[in-house]
Amino acid sequence: MSDRNNATAALADVAAEPGVAKPDPILVADNVQRSFGGLHAVDVDHLEMQRGAITALIGPNGAGKTTLFNVLTGFDRGGSGDWRFEGKKMSRLPAHRVAHRGMVRTFQLTKALSRLTVLENLQLGATEQRGEEMFASVVRPLWRRQEREIIERADELLARFRLDHLRDEFAGTLSGGQRKLLELARALMVRPRMLMLDEPMAGVNPALTQSLLEHITDLRDEGTTICFVEHDMDMVMGTSDWVVCLAEGQVIAEGPPQAIGSNPAVIDAYLGKQHGAPPAEELTS
Amino acid sequence: MDYSSILTSGVYGALGPVAIGYVLAAIGLNIHFGYTGLLNFGQVAFMLVGAYGVAISVSTFGLSMWVGVLVGILAAAVLALILGIPALRLRSDYLAISTIAAGEVLRLFYRSSVAEPLTGGVYGLQRFGDELLDLNPVPPGIYEVGPLAFTARDVWLMSVGWGLVALVVIVVYLLIHSPWGRVIRAIREDEEAARSLGKNVYAYKLQSLVLGGVIGALGGMVFTIHQQSAHPDGFDPVVTFFLYTMLVLGGAGRVLGPVLGGLLFWFLMLSFDAFLRELMATGYIPPEILVPSDVGALRLALVGLGLLLLMAFRPQGILGNRREMVLDVR
Ligand SMILES: Nc1ncnc2c1ncn2[C@@H]1O[C@H](COP(=O)(O)OP(=O)(O)OP(=O)(O)O)[C@@H](O)[C@H]1O
Ligand SMILES: [Mg+2]
Repeated sequence: MSDRNNATAALADVAAEPGVAKPDPILVADNVQRSFGGLHAVDVDHLEMQRGAITALIGPNGAGKTTLFNVLTGFDRGGSGDWRFEGKKMSRLPAHRVAHRGMVRTFQLTKALSRLTVLENLQLGATEQRGEEMFASVVRPLWRRQEREIIERADELLARFRLDHLRDEFAGTLSGGQRKLLELARALMVRPRMLMLDEPMAGVNPALTQSLLEHITDLRDEGTTICFVEHDMDMVMGTSDWVVCLAEGQVIAEGPPQAIGSNPAVIDAYLGKQHGAPPAEELTS
Repeated sequence: MDYSSILTSGVYGALGPVAIGYVLAAIGLNIHFGYTGLLNFGQVAFMLVGAYGVAISVSTFGLSMWVGVLVGILAAAVLALILGIPALRLRSDYLAISTIAAGEVLRLFYRSSVAEPLTGGVYGLQRFGDELLDLNPVPPGIYEVGPLAFTARDVWLMSVGWGLVALVVIVVYLLIHSPWGRVIRAIREDEEAARSLGKNVYAYKLQSLVLGGVIGALGGMVFTIHQQSAHPDGFDPVVTFFLYTMLVLGGAGRVLGPVLGGLLFWFLMLSFDAFLRELMATGYIPPEILVPSDVGALRLALVGLGLLLLMAFRPQGILGNRREMVLDVR
């Protein structure tokens, strides 16, 4: 927990206001916009995410969280804006190059590669594979040793995520929760410096949720920056170092988790403005 | 009724040069459809440019047949790029539309009077395989295997053809069981997931399209060289339909699926043919009901029916795995 305090401590002096600068940002985004017809799904003026911290991205349904992920990670090329990752411009890079740069995402609707085995799913995540070049692939000696190393690393991750007994099963046979674990393990094979997790806990049973949360905090403690979308406030409170709240595409509030629950803008966003400003307990209860 | 002649017709069909050409084309299609999930409904276009690559080089320009083989391979690669570069950026159905159109456009162009100086138009081109026949090391004579009899020429061409099939199967096996094969199978399952792991999906799809197209071109070459004649109407859209039937019959996404499917398909087609003709010859089917010229249409209908039954009762094909088939993709 001491490391957790490090990440939290680094953010202790940061003001809880939208678009605030962070002491050591890994991601800096400006004027990120994406509209569908007349709908401004994402309209973020300025957003920074702290290196080595867990940032939770919250907001009501349709707030634009997934769309923001899609734009930042190059999956949705219809957006505009400028964003830099580790100081280097990342806007308008195609998705596979974003992953190569070290920002790896998962999906709200899990994408297990059904007719690949669990092990193959993980092997696929490794980058810079010699055997992935068409001509080199037919000459086994060129990549056999690298393949062995990849399998070793995959086996370690499978053991860590308690998926080792499913190693040679088709991924399509896994349960929803196991698929979430698989997707996270697979993303780690890329050796990401920042993970973008879109509702990693959705549809996962409580026991598995607990272990997923532990994995996420462990990863942070090992130095990976994490941004995750989550609806369950208890999990946000228990896990994150910083919370960003999105509503109607805009960042309406950000701050440490304890402060965010009582933020009137957040309460408005969740309960609707017609409620006026209900007491904070309504949100946290 | 002469059952043994019915069966031998089937065996000749399954082993013959047309079957070999189709098997090669189906192996190419298997890379597209079975492994990468690309909907190519114009594999026949690749066979056509391959066949005419040889035919035009030799008959029109008097070049060596081997130059023609290279020209055919190159033409298939270029066709794949022309089709793939725009269409593979779009949703998967666009490739289906453009490939089916490309097949017909090319066939109509090759048979048009504009192209006649090059392609021979509706008359086609002949006698461009002599170089391969001249290499025949098999001493002249008739070679009998049980009830089957082959000329030295048949033996030679079938050895070359099936040798080529074996070679291509080995290469495809190595490709598929490599990290490259893992990426294209991942693209078949979910291309966004592959992208999220840093794979350049577009480049892999292009590679797959070119590779399968080139193998299709080899298929086109094999049976036109054997027939010593290339004719545009041998490349109508129904060819691609046959290829899909062979592929689904044997098992798509299995290395040997198209080979087994092809053997069986041609065996069944030609023995059915012989069976019907036998029935007509012996008078079991009177001429008022069926005349020999109807057989072609009837057998086409039968292929359709067969494909339908296959989809209903064994969609994974002979070599496929039911368990794998029913996994929900996504
Ligand atoms: N491809 C699209 N075409 C049109 N509208 C879209 C598209 N994708 C998203 N939207 C709209 O953009 C808005 C933001 O959607 P988005 O999926 O980003 O929300 P979200 O915050 O992820 O919601 P949830 O919590 O339900 O996942 C919604 O109003 C949605 O209907
Ligand atoms: Mg979402």
